[in-house]
Amino acid sequence: MSRLPTLPAAYDADRPLLLRCACGADHAPGEHASAEALSNDKIEAALVKALFPQDGVRRRFLQAVGANTARAAIASLLPLGALQAMAQDKAPLEKKDLKIGFIPITCATPLIMAHPLGFYKQQGLNVDVVKTAGWALIRDKMLNKEYDATHFLSPMPLAISMGVGSNAVPMEVATIQNTNGQAITLANKHKDKRDPKNWKGFRFAVPFEFSMHNFLLRYYVAEHGLNPDTDIQIRVVPPAEMVANLRAGNIDGYLGPDPFNQRAVFEEVGFLHILTKDIWNGHPCCAFGTSAAFIQQNPNTFAALVRSVLTASAMAREPKNRELIAKVIAPAQYLNQPETVLTQVLTGRFADGLGNIRTVPDRADFDPIPWQSMAVWMLTQMKRWGYVKGEVDYKQIAEKVYLLTDAKKRMAELGQKPPEGAYPKFTIMGKVFDAAKAEEYTRSFTISKMAG
Amino acid sequence: MSAKNLNLKAALLSLLVLVLLIGVWHLATLSSAPNSSAAGMTPEQIEYAKMLGKDPTAGAAQKGSGFPTPAQMAATIARQLAHPFYDNGPNDKGIAIQLGWSLLRVGSGFLLACVVALPLGFLIGMSPLFRKALDPFIQVLKPISPLAWMPLALYTIKDSSASGIFVIFICSVWPMLLNTAFGVASVKREWLNVAATLEVRPMRKALRVILPAAAPTILTGMRISMGIAWLVIVAAEMLVGGTGIGYFLWNEWNNLSLTNVIFAILVIGVVGMALDLAFAAVQKKVSYVE
Repeated sequence: MSRLPTLPAAYDADRPLLLRCACGADHAPGEHASAEALSNDKIEAALVKALFPQDGVRRRFLQAVGANTARAAIASLLPLGALQAMAQDKAPLEKKDLKIGFIPITCATPLIMAHPLGFYKQQGLNVDVVKTAGWALIRDKMLNKEYDATHFLSPMPLAISMGVGSNAVPMEVATIQNTNGQAITLANKHKDKRDPKNWKGFRFAVPFEFSMHNFLLRYYVAEHGLNPDTDIQIRVVPPAEMVANLRAGNIDGYLGPDPFNQRAVFEEVGFLHILTKDIWNGHPCCAFGTSAAFIQQNPNTFAALVRSVLTASAMAREPKNRELIAKVIAPAQYLNQPETVLTQVLTGRFADGLGNIRTVPDRADFDPIPWQSMAVWMLTQMKRWGYVKGEVDYKQIAEKVYLLTDAKKRMAELGQKPPEGAYPKFTIMGKVFDAAKAEEYTRSFTISKMAG
Repeated sequence: MSAKNLNLKAALLSLLVLVLLIGVWHLATLSSAPNSSAAGMTPEQIEYAKMLGKDPTAGAAQKGSGFPTPAQMAATIARQLAHPFYDNGPNDKGIAIQLGWSLLRVGSGFLLACVVALPLGFLIGMSPLFRKALDPFIQVLKPISPLAWMPLALYTIKDSSASGIFVIFICSVWPMLLNTAFGVASVKREWLNVAATLEVRPMRKALRVILPAAAPTILTGMRISMGIAWLVIVAAEMLVGGTGIGYFLWNEWNNLSLTNVIFAILVIGVVGMALDLAFAAVQKKVSYVE
């Protein structure tokens, strides 16, 4: 930090001509300290002041025990490190020009809208949001460090951190991008086959193996007595191609991200069989995150990024903003979709492809809290379907990858009210999931790859 | 029949075929007269229709049957070509900028291939030992689809743009290498014998005797390579995304916008033809009559 003498100081009658520091240079002795140490000193000074509001008492205490003892005593009482870290967030950003990847689907809404609405700029960041052709490429570009942060499918950071489907690189989830917001879409010819028990031999598509889409579809058909590995086929197909494949009769349906469920209705090739909200109301879908290395090297930048995305999430949660948001993210630079399709997805007033208009305001929501119990649920399903084998330390992995405390802290910084707790229970198709009994839950399913 | 007369007739016939094609296209995409009256529909039915992109109150349907008509196509082409250089950030650029990126990638990959394939081709062509030794490698590597290299390239090079160039390189190198080797190997014995009699030094022999003699074959190889490179770049950019005509195509496919997809296909075809014609012109320059 450069410290040019300001004019009033230089012309201060009481200021000595040279400020004679012990090092011989012309500056006050205190100015040796770095900006960081200074901000630490300020916090400590504020703490000591708060503990001993009266000058006389404070002076006598410090003289009696000595400064170092006092410091140690105070540190043992208060989480000084955490407080200092928080103060440092306001310190200069390590990196201002950032590249963030996204897949053009409504799940990425907060991440995308933060760009045209200037939420990144507000935090002093110069962000490029880069449209990406597929999830495998998102993974590769994160591993290559071509992207600084990205839109993830929420199980992806768990998988990458554990080295499942790639080599192990620690990834972190800063916020959940969206909750609900998916659907099972079936081809028009299956209008009379609404009971999943009749789906034997169906071919379904999901966007990626490590996705909520895959886990929810498997869960849903398994609850109806079908084995997703043997009774139906599940293929990985990029979202845009899902609609075209549905039209061509190549697949019978898909559990895909919006707007492609609504797009199938718009193109008159399919109908919405069930919203994923009706499988698990409030389920996570996509996430916003980056690598642990990036956070370590750029803590302030990361904090600013999370604040930008949280600001966007808070705005996206308000139903009254949804139409505006649809307008903002529709152009070619972002989702490149007809606005009416996006409006239907985001407002929850939509055509279902069967001739009805439905009103489901929470069809898509944007609750940003990365609950660790969500991560535990994903791990139970990864184990259930054989993606991971052997002992899984559910909570340890969840706590490492899902930055719940951090997200709560950032919310508080923005004046938002963070919720309590860390492991809420969820109800999925009538069955209660408790993260404390994860292994028991994993073993409780009759249809599973672990049987035998 | 004079050559001029033939050319004129051929041009007229081409035009006729084009008109016929567009005519068939027009007839095939004629909308089956959607009943566009809002009369007799409940407000809910009208809203439902609007949600499907069809506004019954506005008269003609806004959304066609899916496949564009020639008129819609022409409008799209005109719109795209009117602003070829616009730049709305990293995800939305004009067609000329996208083409520029693709040509740049093809150019760099192709040049890299030239640098490797031409000297190596000379070596293989001039030395039977090297030909025999390297042949198994070439035979195994040649039939691999360039896109099969993509995951490996992404993983090892760790840069998507460089991976695209690598894929162009790896697919351009084989036809050029084989044609160079073939051209060099089949230079007439007599010419080499003359060179030997005159005691021409090896470097001079390669540049003054073999190169001119093999040039037409070498350029044929380069022309084939360029054709393949142009085929591959579109697929590679669809896979990797970012910029380029392939990305443009993917982006419009993502939007299920067939008009723009067809537009991109036409552009790819025209540019490919231009590249091929350029190589044909160079080839004409170096070919000789014995």
